[in-house]
Amino acid sequence: MPQHDVLIIGAGLAGQRAALAAAQGGASVAIMSKVHPVRSHSVAAAGGINAAISVDDDWRSHAYDTVKGSDFLGDQDAIEVMCSEAPHEVMHLEHMGVTFHRNEKGEMDLRAFGGASMKRTAYVADITGQALLHVLYEQLMKHHETVARYEEWFTTSLLLDEHGHCCGAIAREVRSGHMEAFTAKNVILACGGAGQAYKPTTNGLIVTGDGIAMAYRAGAPLMDMEMVQYHPTCLVETGILITEGARGEGAHLLNANGERFMEKTAPNKMELASRDVVSRAEQIEINEGRGVGPNKAGIFLDVTVVPRRRTLEALREIVNLGRDFAGVDITREPIMIRPGQHYIMGGVKTDIDGRTPIEGLYAAGEVACVSVHGGNRLGANSLLDTLIFGRRAGEHAAARAAAMGMPEPDVNAGLREDGARLEAILTRPREGRRVSEIKNELGETMNRHVAVFRDEQGLQSALETIGRLREEADKAWIDDRGTVFNQDVLGAVELGFMIDCAEATVVAALERKESRGAQFRTDFPERKDEEWLKHIDISLNGDGPEVSYSPVTITQWQPEERKY
Amino acid sequence: MAEAHDRPPEKFTLRLRRYDPESGEAPYWDEHTVELEPHRSVLEAILQAKDRFDGSIGIRCSCRQAICGSCGIRVNGEPALACHTHLDAAKASASGGVIEIEPMGNMPVIKDLIVDMDAVHWKKIQRVTPWLLAKQPVPEREYIVSKESMVDVTQTMACIQCGACVSDCLAMEVDPGFIGPAALAKAYRFVGDPRDDEQFERLNDLAQDPQGIFDCTHCFKCVEACPKDVNPMGQIMRLRRKATQDHHIVDQNNGERHEAAFASLIESNGILWEAELIPRSYGGNSWFGKFAPAAGKELVASIPTAVRGLLRGKMTIPKILKPHKIPSQDLKAVRSIYELIESRPERYELNLYIAGEDEAPTPASAAAGAEGSSEQ
Repeated sequence: MPQHDVLIIGAGLAGQRAALAAAQGGASVAIMSKVHPVRSHSVAAAGGINAAISVDDDWRSHAYDTVKGSDFLGDQDAIEVMCSEAPHEVMHLEHMGVTFHRNEKGEMDLRAFGGASMKRTAYVADITGQALLHVLYEQLMKHHETVARYEEWFTTSLLLDEHGHCCGAIAREVRSGHMEAFTAKNVILACGGAGQAYKPTTNGLIVTGDGIAMAYRAGAPLMDMEMVQYHPTCLVETGILITEGARGEGAHLLNANGERFMEKTAPNKMELASRDVVSRAEQIEINEGRGVGPNKAGIFLDVTVVPRRRTLEALREIVNLGRDFAGVDITREPIMIRPGQHYIMGGVKTDIDGRTPIEGLYAAGEVACVSVHGGNRLGANSLLDTLIFGRRAGEHAAARAAAMGMPEPDVNAGLREDGARLEAILTRPREGRRVSEIKNELGETMNRHVAVFRDEQGLQSALETIGRLREEADKAWIDDRGTVFNQDVLGAVELGFMIDCAEATVVAALERKESRGAQFRTDFPERKDEEWLKHIDISLNGDGPEVSYSPVTITQWQPEERKY
Repeated sequence: MAEAHDRPPEKFTLRLRRYDPESGEAPYWDEHTVELEPHRSVLEAILQAKDRFDGSIGIRCSCRQAICGSCGIRVNGEPALACHTHLDAAKASASGGVIEIEPMGNMPVIKDLIVDMDAVHWKKIQRVTPWLLAKQPVPEREYIVSKESMVDVTQTMACIQCGACVSDCLAMEVDPGFIGPAALAKAYRFVGDPRDDEQFERLNDLAQDPQGIFDCTHCFKCVEACPKDVNPMGQIMRLRRKATQDHHIVDQNNGERHEAAFASLIESNGILWEAELIPRSYGGNSWFGKFAPAAGKELVASIPTAVRGLLRGKMTIPKILKPHKIPSQDLKAVRSIYELIESRPERYELNLYIAGEDEAPTPASAAAGAEGSSEQ
């Protein structure tokens, strides 16, 4: 049975950074992922990473922008940690080999991004996430003797000992179907968000809320789950992301009348207001009949105002995306976009070292909620979040591991239970619905009722639908009865994870009777600090979600009205 | 262009190469008909078949936008990303209108469209020391390097490790030990990085390896296969130029001498003189090359090939003794190309990220500007 000081589940940026930090801290480390690490969804992050590295900048300015972007729901102690450590982390990545683009002086170039008071986004063309992810994987290959890699291993549940401490995980090797129990002094969840609970979404098919649901089932509270980011620029048909870097480089948003409608809501920052603000403004244009294209369901993003050479050099990927996925040459004509589900600010509640309330269980990256993003994440802060808190979790877990012995849990019960769960799915009779049908209905329900604008009625109806889908999912049948690369059975497990995440999101959105950040309640359109300047925590109590609250940490920035 | 995206759904038939390692049966073909708009991707078609008809179809996929590199397959025999191939284009290149879908080549199949990339692709990546060997001392802030150098290596950073080039590499088909296009492109990412301290060591390693940079046969398959315009063969050629011209590495595989002989024979004759190529490649780059002992050995070894050429009429005695002739104005044109290239102070290196595309305002941006000014 494999034993490690630190077991990391998920091998995107947060997981790989945690692995390197834990190994540096002297721990024996394993990193496990249901896909090959470079397929992780961090690869799709395009625009860049924020850090106050310019001599004219100050991390406090970055922190204030982040607090304001969060609509004052972010915890300011955590935001201070993230922003003050950002410059050092970015330099460390540069030294590791990330090919950050340079200015004429040969220093790292910085581009403008939404909600930022100055240019502070370092970038590699518009493939920043890919460049970071691949460079971290280079380091994992370099350190292959100190970091064990379990690539294409699907984690099915977390192991808890008799004290309720996390002491490992159960996983299935995708290639062989073999189930294995991994014992670990510490487990770090770093397996991303739950975007696939929405349809459409910018997120990859692998982003199914596995870590959030496994932690929730193990008893860890989820926080800020109602805060779901809709990115302002996604392709109308497929929901594919067009980077905010486009607007950072100067692109405009236009309605059917050719108006830059952002001047109505954000006269100063215009297209570079924070994402919740821009997405709402777009949705209002569409709802009021000023959209473009078929059904007037889109908005024009006009990149032609950016010099063509600059577009080809710095926005190459979206030139390709426009050509291949929308049939548009963005250097010659505007492209049709709309808001689309992109990121969940919420996740497993952690402190600034990535610790969850369950001893031995850490979380970092999109799976976690520290909370540095609060009600709305700023563009180019998510890569930063993964790296800062991935590293901190790895360091802390390594230190904790050094001071304790290897747990010796009875893993057989867990192995048997998960094995039986999968076996039950494999042998279900072919009645009821297919997994894919249920998943589609879940995604469409979330996108209809738990999107940019929400209200009591829609949320209630979503909750009822989710309840029914949960029952249907318990009986859903699959085709593949084999063991080698049985993606079908894993898809059924993922559906269960997504339903848990969706339910927590809707319950929290119903609970928060105000509008803040990404949560806009048309029945409660005002922000109400006296009542709602607090986090909503969702815990599993018996079979259902239970709501509680926790305070927002305020250090130096008192809530004020948010204007861009 | 955008109108192409308004067409209604059509039926598409997929012919999938299936393999179930647990069945004990040989691979077989499986057909499914799906309905989608013609500009949708082959991946969406496969996923529709998987969702509606048979969930056991195995394919790796995630992002649906050609960035995660999971869904490398072969469509009608050509390597491609499933998510990056439009159904109408796939149908147009299919024989009989049925889109044929197979796993990638040059790698063992695990199940259906899923291949063992660890056994081939990742092993080769590991071979090229795929991490930065940073110049010391490490600066306090960032390394100061030119803007162009970082844009330049972005082309190889853009590789998504999908394996399409590996699937189609002809040299690897013949010599499975060839380091191959993806791993050598990865090598360029470090050789071209001014922060790396071991450029000579890297180049020397890859030049001396009999399965390294000189093992590439220049067939362009990887260039066509790459969905991200990484141009792997171009990166291999850049590694060769850096090894030979910048670092003067003379490799044991005779790659450097062979290239020099090739270039000088074309310069003097305008066309290749095959009979002189081997002796000059081995014996030294002049007419006297053939009298060097190394050349003699190679010449003796190549006698069977030469005899076969003579018997089949591909080679004649006069062609062996004298260079082929081309018209003198053509020879002049060839030589002027040499003069042009050699007169340049720096070597031209093509890169899609810095292709020198026009900087003039486009008609669209001029129109947008006009619209903007008329806004009230």
